Amino acid sequence: MDVLRTEFTLNDMPIEVTLPVRATLADAIRSTGATGTRVGCEEGICGSCTVLLDGRPARACLMLAAQARGREIRTVEGLAAGGRLHPVQESFRRHRALQCGYCTPGFMMLAVGLLEREPNASPERVRAVLASNLCRCTGYAPIVDAVLAAQQALAGEVI
Amino acid sequence: MRPAPFAYERVESVEEMLEALARADGEGAAVLLAGGQSLIPRLNARLVRPRRVIDIDGIAALDHLELDQELRVGALCRHWRLEEATSLDGPWAALREAAAHVGLHPVRTRGTFGGSLAHADPAAELPLAAVTYGAEIELRSRAGQRRVAAEEFFRGPHRTALGPGEAIVGARFPSPKPDGVSAFAEVSRRVVGWPLAAVCVVLHAAEGVIQGARVGLGAVGPAPRRAIEAERLLEGSALESSAIDAAAVAAARACAPAVADGVDEDTRRDMVEALVRRTLAGLAGAVW
Repeated sequence: MDVLRTEFTLNDMPIEVTLPVRATLADAIRSTGATGTRVGCEEGICGSCTVLLDGRPARACLMLAAQARGREIRTVEGLAAGGRLHPVQESFRRHRALQCGYCTPGFMMLAVGLLEREPNASPERVRAVLASNLCRCTGYAPIVDAVLAAQQALAGEVI
Repeated sequence: MRPAPFAYERVESVEEMLEALARADGEGAAVLLAGGQSLIPRLNARLVRPRRVIDIDGIAALDHLELDQELRVGALCRHWRLEEATSLDGPWAALREAAAHVGLHPVRTRGTFGGSLAHADPAAELPLAAVTYGAEIELRSRAGQRRVAAEEFFRGPHRTALGPGEAIVGARFPSPKPDGVSAFAEVSRRVVGWPLAAVCVVLHAAEGVIQGARVGLGAVGPAPRRAIEAERLLEGSALESSAIDAAAVAAARACAPAVADGVDEDTRRDMVEALVRRTLAGLAGAVW
């Protein structure tokens, strides 16, 4: 079977993977041991595999690993820093915005991508973007609450 | 599931793409892979099993968006670029709004303009916009290039005018009248998701009288189409409520929706009528 070597950046670390050409970016990320990126439907519907691709949320199941060449990928493993949870993670915990947790990394990356690019996103905009991903446990309200609260926390942060 | 095995080839220029397409032509099924937001799900589900995948995602020359007298959209222009292009207002607002309705937020990070046209889903927003605005689709092959009017390009569900060895390189949207206004609206089951009916409208008026009207309908037939009768009823009107009603009824009559998603034909016609009425009423204030 054809294999291909691909280099990309994963959470600020240069990564090199050699995988079959039909492997997806989700496969590539998970092959490095970073298994926070979950694979659900493999057709772009559920959003469990959402990562940041050059700063924008993207489905890691809808990209070949080879297409990540030279790109900057961020996953849930890259959120916490210096032993402290990212404000979005902290807010998910505080608002109990997860039950089984399978969708959680995808939702967090979706939220981080939105809040970094659009810190002043309206609540309607936040809800519309969060509608991209599926959660079968929480009924969504705690997730929306968590992201809106994280937006406040991020706005209050002194940089 | 993973795709059935295929040979993978990455190309970096239009010329390389056309060479690869011409070479692959002899060996059977080859597909062009751009953003992959429609193709990769189909590969993963093994609905398509190409022998060769030609990856055009990195052809920088096709990733552009230029607006001067006309609008030129490169085949690899990502949906988010159209969605975030604040210069697309007034007569162009409907195109921007159409792009904002494509797929899901993360899908618009990767999905491409050319990919959406080539996929030719009857419910897709950008093909509808291309038809409504009278865009010309630019095709290239090793033999040369040609332009096809969007109305001729979309032949039916997932069927286009693309010939063997041909690829979309972009589209040209002729300049609407500068004082024009436009709107896009769709009905879907959720905030995100496939439209059950979609409407794209571009108008321009002089002294309160409609001089030109384009009304496009999507998701309610085998391919996006203009509602010519509705356009005719609007031209010369002052967008008064009786003209809006007549156009909405004519548009609903002009479409041929299938029963799908548990929604019957009549309901979809009602959606078209409501969408046309809503978009025109919304634009009436801008025209008067």
